[in-house]
Amino acid sequence: MKLLKQLSVLAVAAALPLTADAHRAWMVPSSTVLSGDAPWVTVDAAVGNGIFYFDHFPIMLEGVGTPPADSNRQPAPLSITAPDGSDVAPQNGHLGRLRSSFDLQLEQKGTYKIAIANSGRVMGMYELNGERERVMGSLGDIVKQIPADAENVSIVRSDSRMELFVTSGNPTEDVLKPTGQGLELQPVTHPNDLYADEAAEFVFLLDGNPAPGVEIALIPAGARYRDSDQARELTTDADGKVSIEWGQAGLFWLEAEYKQTEGLEAPVTQRRASYSTTLEVLAP
Amino acid sequence: MKPQLAFALAALLGSSALQAAEVQLTVQIPRLDVAEYHRPYVAIWLENDAGHVADLTVWYDTKMRDDEGEKWLKDLRQWWRRSGRGLDLPVDGVSAATRPPGAHELALQDLPAFKELAPGDYELVVEAAREVGGRELLKVPFSWPVSQAADLQAQGSRELGQIRLQLTP
Repeated sequence: MKLLKQLSVLAVAAALPLTADAHRAWMVPSSTVLSGDAPWVTVDAAVGNGIFYFDHFPIMLEGVGTPPADSNRQPAPLSITAPDGSDVAPQNGHLGRLRSSFDLQLEQKGTYKIAIANSGRVMGMYELNGERERVMGSLGDIVKQIPADAENVSIVRSDSRMELFVTSGNPTEDVLKPTGQGLELQPVTHPNDLYADEAAEFVFLLDGNPAPGVEIALIPAGARYRDSDQARELTTDADGKVSIEWGQAGLFWLEAEYKQTEGLEAPVTQRRASYSTTLEVLAP
Repeated sequence: MKPQLAFALAALLGSSALQAAEVQLTVQIPRLDVAEYHRPYVAIWLENDAGHVADLTVWYDTKMRDDEGEKWLKDLRQWWRRSGRGLDLPVDGVSAATRPPGAHELALQDLPAFKELAPGDYELVVEAAREVGGRELLKVPFSWPVSQAADLQAQGSRELGQIRLQLTP
């Protein structure tokens, strides 16, 4: 169990260019359903032990705040897509000690997508003289960096995607189109039209195709004030679909993971893909 | 038209009772003893089994600079989902200023929504949301057209007082 936990920590670290001891990463919006002419939302992005508690590290994002001079970390790419498909820049970016944050003005009506995505990242892990080592870079670089006498070599290709949706006025569909890379959410129920008393349906896609057997964790906000995080585990069906009964209103963190160890092109020994999103479920 | 003539015509044309129906709605906004009081936003609309039928009126802060008042319309969350989010605001004949505590009487039979209302079972829905306050939604079921006089009521507990729908054939 401990090893598993360490591995999942590594998986997150591989998915996002963060510290090795990173835990769960998430973005949290000030609101997801908005009215008015050109409303603002603010988004916090962080990595922490608890969901939506700023207790560890910020997610360092491109174009958001100023990284410390001694930082050797690479900021993650942030993309914000307007309802008409155009790119929007984050405003008032700030990189703090526990979180990063930025603002977004919804000048168009419809649904915006905020995404942090990395695709085709490769990580090599091996043991040499009893020590565990880790190398990152392109596949070619990694193969060169692993010594010939290394043991327990694994080369992991990973795709990760973290998304957030916010809507001004009527929800629209354009930003929901999948990119066809990695693990993605294909909403049947619009992600900004979720209600506590209605089941929502989502299809998960791997490289654009429905992905059966994807494991999903769903955690409602507010775990600090409960005895357990009330995480629910769900799995996509043969059509890659999952139906979710929310049971309560509020913010939810959803993470989906896919792992493959067979049928991969050498020297890759494992394929991982992850998707996470923060969903706001409204009271009816 | 003179009353006698109207009566004679109504007797002649069975359906003219429909045109003559009165629909009187009384919405009570309670006076609340709170430190910071803002008048509630209120949406009043018609629904049936199939969903939203027509908006009757929406009271919000229509006078704020840069339409800032529209920012809070989402807090009428049921109305926002059923209708508001798809509208280009303000809507003539629907958008209206907020109202103070007290009983507000509305003669609904003259609204286009009622003039064009198809026969059937409906619910009149009143939703109120108040800045720094709460939200409440009440429903009053009724049938259209009006065949006999009815006095229908729903009682709110905080954001709304009594909602009274008086129907006269």
